[in-house]
Amino acid sequence: MSTRGFSGRRPSAAAAQRIPPGQHETTDFPVLSAGPTPRIDLAKWSFTLRVGPKPVKRWTWAEFNAMPMTAMTRDIHCVTTWSKLDTRWEGVLIDDLLAAAELVPPTGFALAHTVEGYSTNVPVDDLIDGRAMIALRYDGVPLTDDHGGPARLLVPHLYFWKSAKWVNGLQFTTRDEAGFWELRGYHMRGDPWREQRYAND
Amino acid sequence: MTEGSALRTVGWQPAIIVVIETLTPAVTRVVLRPQRWQTFLPGQHIDVKLTAPDGYSARRSYSLTSAPESVGTFEIAIERLDDGEVSPYFHDIAEVGDAIEISGPHAEHFVWRAEQNASLLMLAGGSGVAPFMSMVRHRAFVAHNAPVTLLYSARSWESVIYREELIAQESRLSDFCCVFTLTRDMARRPQDFSRRVDAAMIASLITVDSLPSQSLVCGSNAFVRTTSDLLLDIGIPASSILTERYGGG
Repeated sequence: MSTRGFSGRRPSAAAAQRIPPGQHETTDFPVLSAGPTPRIDLAKWSFTLRVGPKPVKRWTWAEFNAMPMTAMTRDIHCVTTWSKLDTRWEGVLIDDLLAAAELVPPTGFALAHTVEGYSTNVPVDDLIDGRAMIALRYDGVPLTDDHGGPARLLVPHLYFWKSAKWVNGLQFTTRDEAGFWELRGYHMRGDPWREQRYAND
Repeated sequence: MTEGSALRTVGWQPAIIVVIETLTPAVTRVVLRPQRWQTFLPGQHIDVKLTAPDGYSARRSYSLTSAPESVGTFEIAIERLDDGEVSPYFHDIAEVGDAIEISGPHAEHFVWRAEQNASLLMLAGGSGVAPFMSMVRHRAFVAHNAPVTLLYSARSWESVIYREELIAQESRLSDFCCVFTLTRDMARRPQDFSRRVDAAMIASLITVDSLPSQSLVCGSNAFVRTTSDLLLDIGIPASSILTERYGGG
């Protein structure tokens, strides 16, 4: 159905290949969150890997920073329709976390947890094989708190709410358990190229 | 987290513009009549899709400003963004009778559930007043007697969206208090301010021995960051604060 009088603004041909349907490019970096920006004390920060309810490995901030760091440049896509190209991140690959814990993914599903109680579910296949990391730096500097610092999950090929800010744990679950936004009407996987925005998409 | 997705969301459908009206120099009110209307929670948004003749489309989310009691229509308030792709269409081209596509209402996070009868503090920056308008209008229909306070920061008296209606609701509803703070204009009413939101201003609206059960903050990222930090400083628990940040769209 075309809208009378609407012509729209097209991305350049080069960008068009990289902007999923219904998205538009932005060059700034909008901030979105469900609540206030939490106040995090790095001396008390830790990251916990769990299988079901059971913790299998915990890192302090210093221990976490001693892990192998990987750089990634990726396009990111927010469900509120902005996309940002060539964002530069550094952090610890989920593969490296698993290796350090000597853990083979025991289930097909995971929940990322955050300091303020937010969670988001991500299939394990979307986290491994170099596809996702716990990001500590953005554009060459430590991640600011508004953007999820000190640490956020980065799953750049899914809508960006899956890249949970202020992340402090990853939990393997036997079922695909809905996280915070997924319980409030958003899609369980969130593939931007398939426009999986809301539960029924 | 006890609330689940209670409402089935409606996918894309045509909606006819039945009212289009200037609210402020920068904001237009649009009332849409969708083919299939469904009820919603105040604070939810709809997605709007505009499609060019060659099939290219752009979509944006807008908070509903109407109450669920306005059965059959959805109202949104659209601020003109100078570099916008979608908002200029509503300001310059759209007319009553035109059809667009919408989906939703969506998202059950930044919502007010009146049946919880909780005292409410609403902090709005600019066009961030939109979801609160739905809540205030809804409140006029429901049995709710816990205090509701809206602190609304705007640039000037003439940029206060829904100004006359908010003033009318305030005089009509017991326990609804509406305070405007104008960042570049003088206060017009005794209860209003003319500066940016600060801790003293918020403290004057609440009593420390009865903090609001729920605080909702909506506006630009800078507004939400500053004011939600102020709420934390006052001692309002983070878990009782919901935020919605506009912009980047």
